[in-house]
Amino acid sequence: MTKIFKTFRAPSLETLHMSKSFGRNKALDDVSLKVAAGSFHALLGENGAGKSTLVKCMMGFYEADAGQMMIDGQEIRIHSPRDAQALGIGMVYQHFTLVPCLTAAENLVISRRDIPMVINWKSERQRLDAFMETMPFRVRLDAQVSTLSAGEKQKLEIIKLLYLDQRFLILDEPTSVLTPAEADEILGVLGEMALRREVTVLMISHKFREVKAFCDSFTVLRRGRFVGAGDARRVNAAEMSSMMIGDVGMRPPATRLKTIQDGPKLELRGVSTLGDEGRRVVSDLSLKLCSGEILGIAGVSGNGQSALIEVLSGQRPLSGGEIKINGAPFEPTRRNFDRFKVFGLPEEPMRNAVVPRMSVAENIAFRSFDKPPVLKRFGLMSSARMRQRGMELIQQFNIHTSSPDAPIETLSGGNVQRTVLARELSGEVDILIVANPCFGLDFASVADIRGKIMECRNRGAAVLLVSEDLDEIFEMSDKISVMSAGKISDPVSTLATDAMRIGKQIAGQTDEIVAGPQAE
Amino acid sequence: MSDAVFMVMMAMFGGAIRVSTPFLLVALGETLTEKTGRINLGLEGNLVLGAMVAYATSYSTGSPWLGVLAAAGTGTVLSAGHGWICKLPKVNDIAVGIAFMTLGTGLAFFFGKPFIQPTAPRLDAIELGNWSSNPQVQQALKINPLFFVGLALAVVLWWMLKNTRWGLIIRMTGDNAAAARAMGISVDRVRLVATAAGGSLAGIAGAFLSLYYPGSWNESLSSGQGLMAVALVIFARWSPIRCVWAALLFGASGALGPALQSIGISKGYYFFNAAPYILTLIIMVLSARSQKAAHEVPGELSIVK
Repeated sequence: MTKIFKTFRAPSLETLHMSKSFGRNKALDDVSLKVAAGSFHALLGENGAGKSTLVKCMMGFYEADAGQMMIDGQEIRIHSPRDAQALGIGMVYQHFTLVPCLTAAENLVISRRDIPMVINWKSERQRLDAFMETMPFRVRLDAQVSTLSAGEKQKLEIIKLLYLDQRFLILDEPTSVLTPAEADEILGVLGEMALRREVTVLMISHKFREVKAFCDSFTVLRRGRFVGAGDARRVNAAEMSSMMIGDVGMRPPATRLKTIQDGPKLELRGVSTLGDEGRRVVSDLSLKLCSGEILGIAGVSGNGQSALIEVLSGQRPLSGGEIKINGAPFEPTRRNFDRFKVFGLPEEPMRNAVVPRMSVAENIAFRSFDKPPVLKRFGLMSSARMRQRGMELIQQFNIHTSSPDAPIETLSGGNVQRTVLARELSGEVDILIVANPCFGLDFASVADIRGKIMECRNRGAAVLLVSEDLDEIFEMSDKISVMSAGKISDPVSTLATDAMRIGKQIAGQTDEIVAGPQAE
Repeated sequence: MSDAVFMVMMAMFGGAIRVSTPFLLVALGETLTEKTGRINLGLEGNLVLGAMVAYATSYSTGSPWLGVLAAAGTGTVLSAGHGWICKLPKVNDIAVGIAFMTLGTGLAFFFGKPFIQPTAPRLDAIELGNWSSNPQVQQALKINPLFFVGLALAVVLWWMLKNTRWGLIIRMTGDNAAAARAMGISVDRVRLVATAAGGSLAGIAGAFLSLYYPGSWNESLSSGQGLMAVALVIFARWSPIRCVWAALLFGASGALGPALQSIGISKGYYFFNAAPYILTLIIMVLSARSQKAAHEVPGELSIVK
């Protein structure tokens, strides 16, 4: 770094022709971004569009392969987050970086570079109080951070940046953990500060509502490339989302056969459940699922989808409502999964569906090890038969593994997912519950796995598909619902809607779903 | 009868202070270590080895205070070894702690054989009870200076954790190592220093055992006090000040048997002697269910993660 200078007023920031590759994957390809001083700029894009890579290059976590960065028109070089901090660029991450057992005041003081050996809390507190007077938010300085709410923590993160005199603020999906009311308060205040030219804000977001309400300019990335930029107050949400999504359906979609849809097979009535912090994450959710159809549930992660899947797979207890299969009450136990032929592909299979250190053959046998032919007389298991069955399915599902005895953790993501598919789809399937089945997979595996799910539907299974990927929802589903703030919208036929309408609904820009702050 | 009650009370008071001193010192050392996010179960080893080294040093030099210093030094070295090994990748601090516990006691038994018979000069107590003519009061108020050292250390440690740069760094390291690293703090070095310092306190506690109460060196001297002190830290919810009260409680329960015996109640003597162990069990069960403890436990402790 050639020169350290601090700006006490809002700086402008530009990146020029920024590129960054990870192996053969080009995460950023010649991206130029211009954020004017005192603006509230939105950085839009789907998952994997390169937004995080771009801001991480700006913060010095990654070093860009090519490109320049300018602050207030002067070229700067940033090699580490410390350089960025020294230049007044600060970031609020999706995960909190506060130390939970310290108080808010202690967190602020310790974030400073020049902590005195003995801290005189009396004078330190006076200075902090004086500083807080100039802040638009109130946070209880004496409260232990672990006792603060998500909104208060987020405010404290922002206050911490201002305390360190960082005037270019990068916010990575800052409202994903907040209630709409909290989000509006924080963004509103930041917007006013930007207007007074006290800060410049760059915000990564999925939510068009917030972008329209608070931002003045925006840039869109898609697959690592710059797609467009503009005035957020003039361009409407539909245009923004079409820039983000691009041409839907570039690959030939899986063949959909005509099926007889009868049912309902699976029915949820008023299902509610609590999250890990004891908040209601799914509230009063009802849906019906018929045989021979795929019901796609779209939505941004963190709106209760994971909890819904966990309820259906028996990982999380119900706090209200009931689940019925073929009209009979259903409890998610191993015996009932077998009886009603319910199968599933949970998200993050390495965490939710396999035991990483057990072999491929053993992982395949999870649903059959306690039944003949693997189970022999006197409750003994035949590992030879287990291995035999494993080999057959490895062949049939085209799983690339060195042997059926290799630990499954040595396989690539696509092959892990195929192994789970082999286990779940090799028999007769009545109900299939799928969550983000193609997350992080390469194109070939994606086509393969979607094909297998579609095949299952064509044979008459009822499929519930939860996905954050709108393309996937549209390619696979017969009907689409949107999940937002723990609630679900009425399903619409895929043919009767389009990505724009669903995209808006996901962003909460419609009155079809009610997602108010009182939902919590 | 009220005389007997008074005798028991006084005996328990004096006993509580005597018995609690090693608990307090070990617990303060363990609190310091655990505040940085590491558990050192090896302190039982420090305690026994410290007791042996202190006794041997006192015997050979004639100065019990030199013995205390030597024990502190031994404890520091032993725990620095723990801290250093835990720096290596994929090492589990609990397993290493158990290894150090057996290492410490093993070394103490091996080198301590010749010192079981001879009598070493012992630490003197401060007699605070001379104003009274009552022998029980005089006896109860004979207090070893190390108890006051422990009290002072508790206050200093509490103040340090709250008001100094080191204190904040220690707590930050123990609660969110990633955040500490992001600020350029060497997490391993903080833990090494804290573990070593904690080990020295456990060594001093050992010196108290062999040079004051019970006041001789033998192999069954500690009978697990180093381990109980770890439980005590959890009960005290990682607060140095609460460590003092918890140590006194343990001390009082340990003094119950001898105090009852002093007025002639010897029925159930062994049962009353087991009181500290029973108390440990009860406390572990109760504190495991405490929501408060869950809030105050340092987030980086390997038992929490």
